[in-house]
Amino acid sequence: MSVDLNPDLSKVASTNGTTPATTKGGKAAGAIATWADDRLGLGGAMKKNIRKVFPDHWSFMLGEIALWSFVVLLLTGVFLTLWFDPSMTEVQYDGAYDPLRGVHMSSAMASTLDISFDVRGGLLMRQMHHWAAMIFIASMMIHMLRVYLTGAFRKPRELNWVIGCLLLLLGTIEGFTGYSLPDDLLSGTGVRAADGFMKASPVIGTYMSFFLFGGEFPGDAIIPRFYAMHILLIPGILLALVAAHMLLLVYHKHTQWPGPGRTEGNVVGYPMLPVYAAKAGGFFFIVFGVITLLGGLFSLNPVWKFGPYDPSKVTAGSQPDWYMGWPDGLLRIIPAWETHIWGITLSWNVMLPILVMPPLMLMILMALPFLEAWITGDKREHHLLQRPRNAPTRTAIMVALMTFYGLSWAAGGNDIIAIKMHLSINQITYFMRGAVFIGPVIAFIITRRWCISLQRHDEGKLLHGYETGVLVRSPAGGYAEKHLPLPEGKAYTLTARDDDPTPETVEEIDASGATGRTARLRKLRAKLATVFFADNVQKPTTEELHESQHHAEHELHELESQIAAGPNRHGPAEH
Amino acid sequence: MLVCGLLLTGGLYAALAPAQADTSQDEAALIKEGRELFLVGCAFCHGQNGEGVLTQGGSQYGPPLTDVGAAAVDFQVATGRMPMAQPGAQAPRKERVYDDEETEALAAYVASLGTGPAIPDKELYSTEGMSDKELEELVVRGGQIFLANCTACHNFEGSGGAMPRGGYAPKIRGVDSKHIYEAMLTGPQSMDTFSDGNIPPEDKKAVIAYLNELDEAPSYSGFTLGGLGPVSEGIIAWVGGIGVLVGFAVWIAAHTTRSSKKKDEAAA
Ligand code: HEC
Ligand code: HEC
Ligand code: HEM
Repeated sequence: MSVDLNPDLSKVASTNGTTPATTKGGKAAGAIATWADDRLGLGGAMKKNIRKVFPDHWSFMLGEIALWSFVVLLLTGVFLTLWFDPSMTEVQYDGAYDPLRGVHMSSAMASTLDISFDVRGGLLMRQMHHWAAMIFIASMMIHMLRVYLTGAFRKPRELNWVIGCLLLLLGTIEGFTGYSLPDDLLSGTGVRAADGFMKASPVIGTYMSFFLFGGEFPGDAIIPRFYAMHILLIPGILLALVAAHMLLLVYHKHTQWPGPGRTEGNVVGYPMLPVYAAKAGGFFFIVFGVITLLGGLFSLNPVWKFGPYDPSKVTAGSQPDWYMGWPDGLLRIIPAWETHIWGITLSWNVMLPILVMPPLMLMILMALPFLEAWITGDKREHHLLQRPRNAPTRTAIMVALMTFYGLSWAAGGNDIIAIKMHLSINQITYFMRGAVFIGPVIAFIITRRWCISLQRHDEGKLLHGYETGVLVRSPAGGYAEKHLPLPEGKAYTLTARDDDPTPETVEEIDASGATGRTARLRKLRAKLATVFFADNVQKPTTEELHESQHHAEHELHELESQIAAGPNRHGPAEH
Repeated sequence: MLVCGLLLTGGLYAALAPAQADTSQDEAALIKEGRELFLVGCAFCHGQNGEGVLTQGGSQYGPPLTDVGAAAVDFQVATGRMPMAQPGAQAPRKERVYDDEETEALAAYVASLGTGPAIPDKELYSTEGMSDKELEELVVRGGQIFLANCTACHNFEGSGGAMPRGGYAPKIRGVDSKHIYEAMLTGPQSMDTFSDGNIPPEDKKAVIAYLNELDEAPSYSGFTLGGLGPVSEGIIAWVGGIGVLVGFAVWIAAHTTRSSKKKDEAAA
């Protein structure tokens, strides 16, 4: 019954062994492969990668959703380019949609309507493209949450984290340029807003706007420019970054959850071929299928109802796509703060939510791994993941950020919330103004304490066993629930984590003779680290575990003899 | 009490006498019936002569109705907004209390109190008898007028939108053509009044034709999710898109975890 805390791991990790896990193909296929291999030499290069091992956990597939929806975007996007005319030349619409026939609009809008009503399958493609875009960015975000909450961003993967942040940024810009292309009322309102945001930047604002629009808004250059960005520039960068992201992934190998046989030095899972490739390939079709269903069943961006953009028109429910929603929300709730100096107006009410907050959030995101490494002083490599509860402060930081994001996001839909929940839009605004500050703090505290009590729960299970549900009545008449020791595998998994490091103390720093700036920095760091780890539960020591095992065995015997002595398992024993 | 009664009869007599003089007997009976209904159901808030009632704070229980005209009464009463059940941010549309005949009587009475638009004739809002081509042109024009004048409050599909301080512009799909016309004509509550100088009758008809077209046209693009725009689309992307895909991910991963668990157990 003893838990071996130092199992011999060299024998377990058979999956990274020397025999390649290749499939045995048919003879003909084999011959072709050999022919190709002799000429291209791919076999040698691929062999290593074909044997790459991928661990299995649902959360490791979130990134794949992003990858596959990106592929769907590329495919449907190419289809759209065949018909879309990125020009702001005014034409008279003469397509199949009656209620707009004869209306003057840009070629971009007219060709979007043509794609929707005159091109076979065009509307499906448009909607698939747009749904895929929404899912692409959403999946990047949940993938990022997984990476953060499990500590997968730690050394040596910090760079891949940064690449991920850039992908998120570029995906968002790509989405914005994309939904601006049709030049309908809603997207035009969005571009108009973007123009206003640019102009709100002090000094250079107007120049920037003129530069982007090639003159005064709206001009006739913006759609062709966005088009070039949307189908060439940004997809190119995105593709390169995705490639870099995947290469780094292969190079670093995948992280994995701790468990018997899983160490910092191996990866346990399925080889790339055939198992993983089959699963990943299958998942591609699922993603494709779900996006196709959405595209076929749910309306998205019905531009024919918005009509062509016209600066004199506006519609209620003018919202950006969801991923732009949170700065829009901040914009909706910020009080009208402005400063007038030297004949210039500084519109804080626009600058803060739009020009300051999004870049700031991005910077915070990118800096998270480095900040944490600096505070904890952890310079080791990590390939084993941490459960969110075992890093309470980290988890709480993310939940606080998510709360901020979520509240700002909800504020972006304040009008819809108001009509659907019969609230006053003004009340929602006042509430949100407070909530975006208080909410994250409350979320931080609750999450942190929650994690710590989960840690305590784990500790309890290790030291006192799990709850069996067997109630025993003592001779004195009291009832107690019997606990049994955890199975070895579970116990191993729970203990397979490092103890948190002990932060330096101020005395130690003083004693080390450090002075001036260095000393001050080290002290700050020590303080932060103390707060970071405060109240965390460390895993039990070997002695504690052994002792608890003796105790458990004793209890088990006692239970067994009680059961043997009693008339039945549940009824009261006769005396 | 007596003084009150005297004043009331005097005032009413003054108000009704000239009207009675040159309208037919039927009209007079209608107005009389309307007055009786009004005194019971409306006077509490709008005053015995429709002069309006002020609260102590100086705001109104009910505004004066002396110059709102029959169109306003027909709109308010036939959509169930009046009689208002309780003072609030906005009188909501509800089950109507008065039938057609009573509504007509109320309208006639209020119209007799002063000026104001009359209930529009059917040919002003009905597109009956138009050729397909005329109708199509009307719809196109109506769409543009609708987008220019109405969508700011009522949203691009007429699904409604929020107004300040708990107010809202209601969903205007499936509303009776006559009531759409009257709404434009009288501008209920925080809605602007679109007088005939602003949107000529022909254009009002066009807007109505467009709204009817929206009702009749199939949803080319699938379920419209309430026609609320990007917010409802975002919810679908998260629930129907990401939610479902994560479900699939869990399913796929679980399929091999189970078999590997068995293997683990066998090995142990
Ligand atoms: C509980 C008080 C109340 C009652 C009862 C009531 N009203 Fe009103 N009425 C209001 C208020 C408040 C408004 C102004 C706000 C609004 O338009 O909703 C109003 C507005 C109106 C208007 C629109 C005025 C305009 O400027 O266009 C009309 C017409 C009207 N009422 C008719 C009636 C009639 C007819 C009845 C009786 C069947 C009635 N009301 C009963 C409170 C009341
Ligand atoms: C300033 C905002 C605003 C604009 C612009 C506006 N409306 Fe309204 N509309 C409202 C509000 C608020 C109400 C609710 C009035 C009430 O409940 O009494 C309303 C009510 C209506 C109704 C009654 C709906 C029902 O459920 O009975 C119709 C029909 C209507 N509007 C049509 C229009 C049309 C057509 C236009 C454009 C010509 C338009 N509105 C422009 C704010 C607006
Ligand atoms: C990460 C990648 C991408 C994202 C997030 C994205 C997003 C979008 C969005 C949201 C739209 C608006 C669609 C609508 O509702 O009308 C759009 C339009 C468009 N996209 Fe993309 N897109 C991406 C990649 C591509 C690629 C790679 C291409 C082409 C090679 C492309 C071509 C187009 C075209 C031509 C349109 C306009 C057609 C139309 O609106 O009907 N996109 N894109």
